[in-house]
Amino acid sequence: MSGGVDSSVTAALAVEAGWDVTGVHLKLADTPGHLQVQGKGCCTLADADDARRVAGTLAIPFYVWDMAEDFQRAVVDDFAAEYAGGRTPNPCARCNEQVKVVGLLARARALGFDALATGHYARVEDGRLYRGADAAKDQSYVLYMLGPDELRHLRLPLGRLTKPEVRATAARLGLRTAAKPESYDVCFVPDGDTAGWLERRFGARPGQVVDTAGRVLGHHRGAYRYTVGQRRGLGIAAPTPRYVLRVEPAAGRVVVGERADLAITTVELERTTTTDGRPLGPRHARVRLRAHGTEIGCRVVPLEDPTPGAPAHPHGAATRPNRTRVRLELDEPSDAVAPGQAGVLYDGDLVLGGGTVSASHA
Amino acid sequence: MPYLDYAASAPLRPEALAAMLPLLERPAANPSSQHTQGRAARAAVETAREQVAALVGADPGEVVFTSGGTEADNLAVKGTVLARAPEARHLVCSAVEHHAVLDAAAWAQADAGAQVDLAPVDNLGRVELDRLAALLQPGRTALVAVMAANNEVGTGQPVAAVAELAHAAGAVLLCDAVQAAGLPGVDMAADGIHLLALASHKLGGPTGVGALVVRPGTSLRPLVHGGGQERGLRSGTLPAAALAGFGAAAAAALTDRRAGAATTLATLRSRLLTGLRTLVPDLDVNGDPGLPGLLSVRFPGRRAEDLLLLLDRYGVACSAGSACASGAVTPSHVLVAMGRDPAEARETVRFSLGHASTEADVDAAVAAVAKALAVLATAEGRTGSPAAQGVGR
Repeated sequence: MSGGVDSSVTAALAVEAGWDVTGVHLKLADTPGHLQVQGKGCCTLADADDARRVAGTLAIPFYVWDMAEDFQRAVVDDFAAEYAGGRTPNPCARCNEQVKVVGLLARARALGFDALATGHYARVEDGRLYRGADAAKDQSYVLYMLGPDELRHLRLPLGRLTKPEVRATAARLGLRTAAKPESYDVCFVPDGDTAGWLERRFGARPGQVVDTAGRVLGHHRGAYRYTVGQRRGLGIAAPTPRYVLRVEPAAGRVVVGERADLAITTVELERTTTTDGRPLGPRHARVRLRAHGTEIGCRVVPLEDPTPGAPAHPHGAATRPNRTRVRLELDEPSDAVAPGQAGVLYDGDLVLGGGTVSASHA
Repeated sequence: MPYLDYAASAPLRPEALAAMLPLLERPAANPSSQHTQGRAARAAVETAREQVAALVGADPGEVVFTSGGTEADNLAVKGTVLARAPEARHLVCSAVEHHAVLDAAAWAQADAGAQVDLAPVDNLGRVELDRLAALLQPGRTALVAVMAANNEVGTGQPVAAVAELAHAAGAVLLCDAVQAAGLPGVDMAADGIHLLALASHKLGGPTGVGALVVRPGTSLRPLVHGGGQERGLRSGTLPAAALAGFGAAAAAALTDRRAGAATTLATLRSRLLTGLRTLVPDLDVNGDPGLPGLLSVRFPGRRAEDLLLLLDRYGVACSAGSACASGAVTPSHVLVAMGRDPAEARETVRFSLGHASTEADVDAAVAAVAKALAVLATAEGRTGSPAAQGVGR
């Protein structure tokens, strides 16, 4: 229960379904300043109070768990490390994988609970994961890493609802969070200013903006400020727009090219997992390579792992497939595939699984 | 429902309720008013003042009523600092004081030109007298703050010895007796204390009132200005009903003390510890039993958050460390000052007994802990990994 309308309604629907429900709010930030700011970020003091009040309205037990250390390490530090490594991270997927879903579910089961319910817009049916009914709000993309054991114990009551329906439910139930505004940005980056956040963390690391032939076109304040496909903020004058093709953090270089240079026809994913726990075989699927990107048809080609038998998933259950690298041969070119992003594979509405983009080729 | 969280708040004593009801039921009057009804309310307040003073060996005229223990601590620290010349605002606080003292001192350092030194404690949480003495700066130290007994681990402090050191340095001693005023008890005169903080609800009175007991000759600036009540030290209409409850609770606590309640509580605590040790042979006890009813224990390999959730589910109330503003369990500064690492602090649960506690409460608590541990062990058996293992490691 984050204090937002989605998790409030989730709790209410869980109670309406007759389950024995306990609400938990995760304290994910440690700094007093963050705890006091209300608004765009998530999980502030005010949010904990909102969640507590909703729990009180629903007459369910409510606790606040301090997972700030885990969150800092697994999500925030990882976010910074990825940018420093020239990749574009997906913190929401990392949070679900390490803290909010997988981690929390493990703790809940350790306490004798049967399931975890969250306010994600996605559906679990017969132990499989599907897109949510509201295409605009669908969050299946950030849940791709869940396996059969987790899905069996996960309940997503909002999966069949649209956002307007959720707000209407909240209003009907008299929940004080019914009209609460959304939090959109990365929850730990105030005002969505990722570049500023990274600069405060790393300091300025000036370097060169170069073209594919190595010619210097301009300079930048820090390679970490750039992501593949980015056009703005390059500070170069060119006859036609230039786009970031790749970031080379070791050399401090940002390599740019023309629009046509962005076109990608193959993508490699590593650390791939499947929602049914079986290794991915060769097949056709549709892939989403960015949180709000469009989907492209592709041929899935499983590759051999460098270390066969290693657990594919951080939680290392024995049933994880060990062929965790795949190549995706795209049916049509995609622009701007950033390493570090999640590549999530769909078969219609069914989420097959996914992995992390490690490489891409024209 | 077994309630073992007296250290957080004690249930309202019947005597307190009985003292409050008449004042709530009849037309309200301001104890400062000069008419008959006002004088009646005033009389009730003055009775309470006598009862509170008697509990701590002070004169009624020394009692300043406040909104609680926190305000009393704040008045003591800030009021002393503001009464001193800027170059004489050095403060020495034990490292295990309540945040009401530590944070007030921190404010004084940030905003009132004070300097604060923390006196370290040993692994039982007791102030080390020689190290405290070394921190004192005669003529510059304004106030030394050492509580009578610690609210998290129960350890009693050598207050009389600290008082002597403070006197010698020309400093005032603040003794936060919020937890200890009832049992084991505190004697202001005998122990040489200048400022004593009390809270009604820890004694079984209502929340919302407390007192700072001020030895004559102690300079203090008020924090709350207004109608001049409490000799100008704490303005505001005196809440007659609540204070009557406070007084009655103080009187009852004094009676209990004289009737040997400390021994009764110690016996119950022993019973609890024995029961818990049977379940968890490697249970770790924190602190010394200065507060006879308080038991702070560490369950190795178990998160306090987890135990608390399960115990709450089984209807047993207790607590873990301190709660932060959002309600999460934070590693206690007290345990850290005693040399525990934060991970150990997160495994610590506090049980505290008091005036209405019985053997049945203790036995029910032990049974609930047994059940909780069984649940956690079952989950471990299922997944093959310890439940307390961190996320993502």
